[in-house]
Amino acid sequence: MPTNVTLDIFRYRPEDELKPVFQSYEIPFRKDWVILDALNYIKDSLDGSLSYRWSCRMGVCGSCGMMVNGTPVLTCATFLEKFLPGPIRVEPLKNFPVIRDLVIEMSDFMRKLKRVKPWIIRDEEKSLSEGEYLQTPTQLADYKQYSMCINCMLCYAACPIYGLEPSFTGPAAIALAQRYNFDNRDQGKKQRMEALLQDGGIWECTLVGECSVVCPKGVDPAGAIQRYKVASTTEWWKSLLMPWGSREG
Amino acid sequence: MTQNPHYTKHHPKWYRTGMPIFWWMHKWVHMKFILRELTSVAVAFYAVVLLFQVRALSQGPEAYASFLAWLKTPIAIVLHAIAFLFVIFHSVSWFNLSPRALVVRIGKKRIPDAVIAASNYLAWVVFSAAMVWIMLTS
Repeated sequence: MPTNVTLDIFRYRPEDELKPVFQSYEIPFRKDWVILDALNYIKDSLDGSLSYRWSCRMGVCGSCGMMVNGTPVLTCATFLEKFLPGPIRVEPLKNFPVIRDLVIEMSDFMRKLKRVKPWIIRDEEKSLSEGEYLQTPTQLADYKQYSMCINCMLCYAACPIYGLEPSFTGPAAIALAQRYNFDNRDQGKKQRMEALLQDGGIWECTLVGECSVVCPKGVDPAGAIQRYKVASTTEWWKSLLMPWGSREG
Repeated sequence: MTQNPHYTKHHPKWYRTGMPIFWWMHKWVHMKFILRELTSVAVAFYAVVLLFQVRALSQGPEAYASFLAWLKTPIAIVLHAIAFLFVIFHSVSWFNLSPRALVVRIGKKRIPDAVIAASNYLAWVVFSAAMVWIMLTS
């Protein structure tokens, strides 16, 4: 086991430099350290000016996503040991503008998320006296996988389509649309479909599939998008062959 | 917050990078993706060949004979060999991806992914066998 390991960290200080540079830090190697521990060690003991986001340290909050050796990962869930002997290259998430060091600007994702209406939509709300909306374990299983998304945006960093076509709604937002479409309490399928059939919707996706590979929660956004395509094609055929029928599926 | 998703306020101090034109050269998965996309050219090639074959057929026996003669030229054979490899790659990669798009349920049970992929291969074998049978018996 080595006693030290080097991290090459992407630094961007817009007040001092026009272009980012890589700065090397040598830190003690510990078997039980994840990349985030190493960053915290650097911040505490070597260079307090390093900026990055983090919060829960347990793969729930989705704040600490970064590119480690070119792959988007949650730094709280990625051990240093995996990248020995180093040096380990740490960069901000790809495909997003960088505000400073490892901190990216995410309002584009937030806008897109809002656009797919990721909440339960009812034509008419049940009154309180009618009781709660019931759901069986099988109905829960229909969407549970998609509800595991923590909005960490690793899938956006892995998606070359999002890099090439920034108007693409993107993997997580579409998977979250499906999370509500497959929920038996929801009636907003049609509204979401309208948003996702436009430019930048589901048809931008050409199934590279990397979003599902990097997802730390096993959500499979690529699968969610393909299921959306099948559903939209089925709807289109239905409306063509049975124009008198209801389009609400 | 603006409602227009295409509009992001200009921030001169944000650092942005574009995608280089050869972005797909660095990772094998991306290269495989681009190859899979290119296989559509081979599929289109087969479709065009078929259209020319139908046209030759409609123009009479002489035209059809010269079409068949073209098929035997080295360049046609090489083109077919390349297109065939691409089409195999196309079919296999899409068959393997099909369970991602198709979630089929019988009653409450979800049909396993392997069964969905295998049914594609089965259909492929059945149709190919039927083609061979038609060609050998006619």
